[in-house]
Amino acid sequence: MTNANRTVQFKIYRYDPDQDAKPYMQDISVELDSTARKLLDAMGKLKAQDDSISFRRACREGGCGSDAMNINGKNGLACLTAMDSFPAGKPIVLRPLPGLPVIRDLIVDMTQFFKQYNSIKPYLINNDPPPERERLQSPEDREELNGLYECILCACCTTSCPSFWWNPDKFVGPAGLLAAYRYIADTRDQAANERLDNLEDPYRLFRCHTIMNCVDVCPKGLNPTKAIGKIKEMMVRRAI
Amino acid sequence: MNRLVVGAGYGLKDWLAQRVTGVVMAVFTLIMFAAALGGAMASREAWQAFMSNGFIRFLSFLFIVSLCWHAWVGVRDIWMDYLNSAALRLFLHVMTLLALVGYAGWAIQIIWRL
Amino acid sequence: MTYTVRKFDAVIVGAGGAGLRAAIQLSEAGYKTAVLTKVFPTRSHTVAAQGGVAASLGNSEEDHWHWHMYDTVKGSDWLGDQDAIEFMCRKANEVVVELEHYGMPFDRLDNGKIYQRPFGGHMSNFGEKPVRRSCAAADRTGHAMLHAMYQRNVKVNTQFFVEWQALDLVRDAEGDVLGVTAMDMETGEIVVFHAKATIFATGGAGRIYYSSTNAFINTGDGVGMAARAGIPLEDMEFWQFHPTGVAGAGVLITEGVRGEGGILRNSDGERFMERYAPNAKDLASRDVVSRAMTTEINEGRGCGPNKDFVLLDITHLPPETIMKRLPGIHEIGIQFAGVDCLKEPLPVVPTCHYQMGGIPTNYLGQVVVPKGGNQSEPVHGFYAAGECACASVHGANRLGTNSLLDLLVFGKSAGETAVNDLRASVKAHKPLAQEAIARTLARVDRLNNQKDGADVHETRLAMQRTMQKHAGVFRFKDMLAEGVKRIDEIAGQVAQTQIKDKSMVFNTARIEALELDNLIEVAKATIVSANARTESRGAHVRDDAIDTPETPDGRDDRNWLKHTLWYREGNRLDYKPVQMKPMSVDTIELKKRAY
Repeated sequence: MTNANRTVQFKIYRYDPDQDAKPYMQDISVELDSTARKLLDAMGKLKAQDDSISFRRACREGGCGSDAMNINGKNGLACLTAMDSFPAGKPIVLRPLPGLPVIRDLIVDMTQFFKQYNSIKPYLINNDPPPERERLQSPEDREELNGLYECILCACCTTSCPSFWWNPDKFVGPAGLLAAYRYIADTRDQAANERLDNLEDPYRLFRCHTIMNCVDVCPKGLNPTKAIGKIKEMMVRRAI
Repeated sequence: MNRLVVGAGYGLKDWLAQRVTGVVMAVFTLIMFAAALGGAMASREAWQAFMSNGFIRFLSFLFIVSLCWHAWVGVRDIWMDYLNSAALRLFLHVMTLLALVGYAGWAIQIIWRL
Repeated sequence: MTYTVRKFDAVIVGAGGAGLRAAIQLSEAGYKTAVLTKVFPTRSHTVAAQGGVAASLGNSEEDHWHWHMYDTVKGSDWLGDQDAIEFMCRKANEVVVELEHYGMPFDRLDNGKIYQRPFGGHMSNFGEKPVRRSCAAADRTGHAMLHAMYQRNVKVNTQFFVEWQALDLVRDAEGDVLGVTAMDMETGEIVVFHAKATIFATGGAGRIYYSSTNAFINTGDGVGMAARAGIPLEDMEFWQFHPTGVAGAGVLITEGVRGEGGILRNSDGERFMERYAPNAKDLASRDVVSRAMTTEINEGRGCGPNKDFVLLDITHLPPETIMKRLPGIHEIGIQFAGVDCLKEPLPVVPTCHYQMGGIPTNYLGQVVVPKGGNQSEPVHGFYAAGECACASVHGANRLGTNSLLDLLVFGKSAGETAVNDLRASVKAHKPLAQEAIARTLARVDRLNNQKDGADVHETRLAMQRTMQKHAGVFRFKDMLAEGVKRIDEIAGQVAQTQIKDKSMVFNTARIEALELDNLIEVAKATIVSANARTESRGAHVRDDAIDTPETPDGRDDRNWLKHTLWYREGNRLDYKPVQMKPMSVDTIELKKRAY
């Protein structure tokens, strides 16, 4: 694990609309010591070397979802990607998340992603007057939310989904649908019907063709496809 | 006007229909395999006798309707994914529908003639 | 350089827990509010809080806000203001229940109520025995809370300005606050947000230290802006070192691990906390545990090849409990320590975690400064809440789970106070102070045109290493004095930072340089305040503050039971008394602190 001071090659997607006519791939290498355990550590070293390399970062522990990017062809979080998971001798290829407009380098414009998220009304709807104390919920009912509420909105899943690439304006995408099911499944929420109505559309939900890229890339190990399946199941149960 | 509107109010039925028709086609295919193994297709006569059985006629009719219905949803989705012009889409939707209905009628005519 | 002006009723800077909570108040009241945030709201560092939020709901056993108040005062080593502490502890149930109503997915007890777990320093019956007070959503409480509050803001249509970096506070000649200047990171455009109410909820500055549990974004922007605008900073010498950061990586391991039964062990396998805190043991207050760990390491009982960490052991707990209550910790162990905590203990070390001090406020969330004869005169139009503010409820040491409570209670009260002030005022916006805007423009211009200047990365690293070495868990008189000099030199370099990247589009190099301007103010305030306070109290422990009957454990109440106020101008210090009188109950009297 501790192969001290090694040189690592990178191929990084670069584009600064202020300077560059069009995007290009930059070859760059960096000297790393044993403290650079994760890709984000290595990128920090790169940035110290060339301050114009642009990417988002915040918590560096996989909780905030800032540093999602396309790493050797697969979406993931830089802070959770171990440097020793890369094959030696090959450059590490970093590109922005696919399917969203690039603002600069590895920074994409996530407007469309959040628009879809907001469109499923990602908040509890309960029109009863709020009680004095907490609303009760059994541990079993609460358990239904596991695997749903942990989403960090990094967009790894949605931007790996071909259905979202084709119809980013109309298909909600795995992250948004996971959030939709998080509220449909919440026994405290009263708007399950309305939520199902909102998704009864050839695009919004049914553009999911169970390709399952979302499951493959989720850095939190969540399963949006399963949640989507459950939404469909509820729709069927409601219809028959 | 270029406002995006969603919420067509359908989707479930098509999705469900695709699943159900898929199952029908799978079952029919299995039966045909079994029949073939059982010698129902050993000769033209045997095959003709098998296909003119009332129950098999019913099944084959179901199969063709399922196939066309299944294809309709799938092909329509392709038009929806790749074409942005509403006029062109509508035209192709109609052509697809007409073609599938035509194929269905034609196929049934052939099979029932056996 | 040009700028534009936009008018709002209120502007909130920061969209972590406190900012989002304040925004709910303003949006629900219908005021035109801009929430500026340098990261998308759910990327704020509240997301990293793990163990829970304190409230004396008493769901598992008897509990009372007064006991919670006692624990908080004791935890603060009596430096917390008792009126604000009473306010917070009494409000706790209300704000936690509200959060549940917003949809927060708390874990549940069999009877359907919110699950509560024990946490360091939380005791029943005025310090008798540990009590289950921390309301938790597995070990992802902060994440669940931040998302629930962001979602509530989506519901009430709060207007966010995402990826906008606030630059400076706009204050006029009378000292009133009229808004902030900010930069749209995507375009580099500078906008003045002209507002009648300005709420800072910008979080802490844990990145002044080399080893920190904090995110890259925790750069004390609000604290730095306030300092530059002439607002004093309160109690900045008090920094919490969390006992359990992953050795080498700094990533937080929640105290909830010990709440669920985890045990700290030294190289002999000994449960050493029994010696330092016979009663609370591993669940003593954080400063106590961090010092015990550091002592173990310093005395050669650390683990690993370099004997530089201790072990946090939960291998005796049932694996189901770990996977149900601490799933995130299991993940962090594998990711950042290479350890499966079901089978092996986790390597941990005290790591900088929380800024107890900050912008001085009262329990209403108003920023207060000494003016005329009044020690705490509200600054017109300026409010602050959360880690950037100092109410002061945490005093010299914060109790675990009180930070999430702080941001809920004071986020809400700052929002409420702003709403009330907006309702009461009929006046139009005061005219903008041009000098304040000019100062921002000059600062950005200087950075853009600097030649032969200092490297941002190197300068920041020098600051972090200096703070780590000179103002860590244990502090030494000579080291502090030297640290003051070193930081002063580094501040000189910060004033001449240079960036190579001059692009207008999402220039993160420029943002990092501007953040360093804020970090250095915090570092200066910290080291100067720490150097001056010649006692030991809470998280601030010095070698020259000796244990006598007069000054137990080096705490000198006669001379030092007072809040520090650091002024940027002249790098000078002032002090103000601690509010010992609560709102309705009797003062919790000074006592030697033992767990």
